[in-house]
Amino acid sequence: MKNSKRRTGFLFACVAPAVVLFFIFMILPTLNVFRISLFEKGAYSPEERFVGMQNFKVLFSDANFIRSMQNMILLIIVVTIITFAFALIFAAILTRENIKGQNFFRVIFYIPNILSVVVISGIFSAIYKPENGMLNSIIEMFHKMTDPVLWKGEKLVMISIIIAMVWQAIGYYMVMYMASMSSVPESMYESSALDGAGRLQQFFQITIPLIWTNIRTTLTFFIISTINMAFLFVKAMTSGGPNGASEVALSYMYSQKDAGLYGYSMAIGVVIFLFSFLLSALVNRVTDRETLTY
Amino acid sequence: MKRRLFCGVLAASMIATSLTGVFASAEENPYAAYEGTTITVAALESAYGSEMWTAVCEAFTAETGIEVELTTDKNLEDVIGPSMQGGEYPDVIHLATGREAALTEQFIKGNMIAEITDVLSMTVPGEDVTVADKIAGGFTDTSLTNPYGDGKTYLAPMFYSPCGLFYNKGLLEEKGWEVPTTWDEMWELGDKALEEGIYLFTYPTTGYFDAFFYALMYCAGGPEFFDKATNYEEGIWDTEEAQTCFDIVTKLASYTNPITPAQANDQDFTQNQQLVLDNKAIFMPNGTWIVGEMAEAPRADGFEWGMTALPAVEEGGDSYSYTWFEQAWIPAGAENQDAAKLFLSFLYSDTACDIFAQSNAIQPVLGIADKLEGDNVMFYSIYDNGAKAAMGNFAAFNAIPGVEIRPIFFDPVNSLVEGTITEDDWIAGIKTANDQMRANLK
Repeated sequence: MKNSKRRTGFLFACVAPAVVLFFIFMILPTLNVFRISLFEKGAYSPEERFVGMQNFKVLFSDANFIRSMQNMILLIIVVTIITFAFALIFAAILTRENIKGQNFFRVIFYIPNILSVVVISGIFSAIYKPENGMLNSIIEMFHKMTDPVLWKGEKLVMISIIIAMVWQAIGYYMVMYMASMSSVPESMYESSALDGAGRLQQFFQITIPLIWTNIRTTLTFFIISTINMAFLFVKAMTSGGPNGASEVALSYMYSQKDAGLYGYSMAIGVVIFLFSFLLSALVNRVTDRETLTY
Repeated sequence: MKRRLFCGVLAASMIATSLTGVFASAEENPYAAYEGTTITVAALESAYGSEMWTAVCEAFTAETGIEVELTTDKNLEDVIGPSMQGGEYPDVIHLATGREAALTEQFIKGNMIAEITDVLSMTVPGEDVTVADKIAGGFTDTSLTNPYGDGKTYLAPMFYSPCGLFYNKGLLEEKGWEVPTTWDEMWELGDKALEEGIYLFTYPTTGYFDAFFYALMYCAGGPEFFDKATNYEEGIWDTEEAQTCFDIVTKLASYTNPITPAQANDQDFTQNQQLVLDNKAIFMPNGTWIVGEMAEAPRADGFEWGMTALPAVEEGGDSYSYTWFEQAWIPAGAENQDAAKLFLSFLYSDTACDIFAQSNAIQPVLGIADKLEGDNVMFYSIYDNGAKAAMGNFAAFNAIPGVEIRPIFFDPVNSLVEGTITEDDWIAGIKTANDQMRANLK
């Protein structure tokens, strides 16, 4: 009896600091976001005025906000699909095929992940430069251009950001998929080969189903990290321009805080929070399959 | 008896010495009341660098004995912002309006800046003149220093710079082209230059259009139109003067080097400035800091900085150059406001002006012309050569979701250059916002 009491006390003492810190630095600020979204308040002024749902009402008629949400959703969908496809293919090739210098490719693909977003943005800004930029110079070699392609101009800026984000993310997910692919028993591939299954069939019938749990987890990662990464890339590459064409929801939230609308920007924060929460739940539900074991 | 007398004498002499001590210290050190005070100063590290601030703070301490804790950073908002949200304010902040993070504007909108009208009548430390006697005329009468239009001063004018169109003087001389004095001459030059593959215009970012557009409004309609427009008067954007401004900017967009918008962001704007150095564009709106900012950049042979005011709208009309200046201010929540005011007044002393001038930061004080060197002599003489000075900015309004000056007025220029919107789209956006801004005027 005494022993179990001491044990409970010990456990409590072990867990308490983490719980307290978690509550102060995670739970409280999150609750505060929801609270402030109902107020009108400047970022630096102590005064606040309760406005109820007014911020949310304005939000859904704010064309700039809607555009920034559209951009964010575009990034989530396109970056996820492309990264996902490339990461799976590269992982399959690097684990299943015998290629010279496999480790070299592994390292190369993973390097973008070690670089900070600011460095990557710098690299891509140089690649996208209208004059003497790498991309335009390569195009120039094959095709005479009268006007340089404006990669960071209004029409192409989102595509340029997508390319940079995909480049940055592939390595990380590839390594994750490689880890789970390498644990699929070789015997399965051998027996399926005896039954006449080709490489593509093996990939879709064996590899994908067996690493499905891993794929599901990474999909949730994708959604949350794309929302955050999009903000970093936009901040470091375009500052939301030209004329707001590359504004994403988080960068718009940031700019509204700078405009002195703290409550309004927190309302945007709430919408993004709920959006990512619901999307993750949805993806989790849609991808639910019976877990296969080997 | 003797002993009593001795005590009396002793007491009297003690009182006398202590009194002389008081009088002497009051005479020698007028800042005795601030003994042991330390003020915190936060200053933006702009193109002028941060060394001058260190030197000025040291000079201030030497003069008054007040210690200064200095913070300088290129992204000052990120450094001081979080602690200010926690209620801890620097005593003096040097940070101009018009920056992306708009911290100063937020303080203006929130009525969180201390009034400093009394600083104008304070004596400059170490000198026997008042601040008002030193500051050049007009600088403390604009909406940039008196944001609420009530005659009270809240922000101290700092480092002024005539803004205008910067160009390569060497190129124009080499080609035998004249600097245009009217917009019609400007378009003629644009056509001539384009034949040689040189575009007429570029701009670093759309943020640089504020000074440009203010001067343009003055050119088109004079101070009266400017005042009405910057106070969002009803129907002001339907007037002929406004249409002139819109037409000029739209036409200028068609003469702009087409790669400009792709580089018109905070990361790549120097590439657009480089276009002028490389003779790929003739004019760009800028300020005198450009010389220092691009000092290390490669340039075309025979390059020489030139600067001109905005051309007149018609033959014989007025040409204007916008006087851009920064601001220093005291947050209403600052702890040592009196010492902070003393610091502000010291910024106009000869000592401080000299230190600033060494870094090319020119204080708006009388007689500063004697301290100018190099290119600055030419830049700052622009007003002596016929151009009129334009000052002021859009009036402060209570924050409205999605409505700000730069995204409404100036950012669409990027789209005009790329051809994704029309002039009418741009004007329609301004008109809608104008009504909202007027309704929320402070």
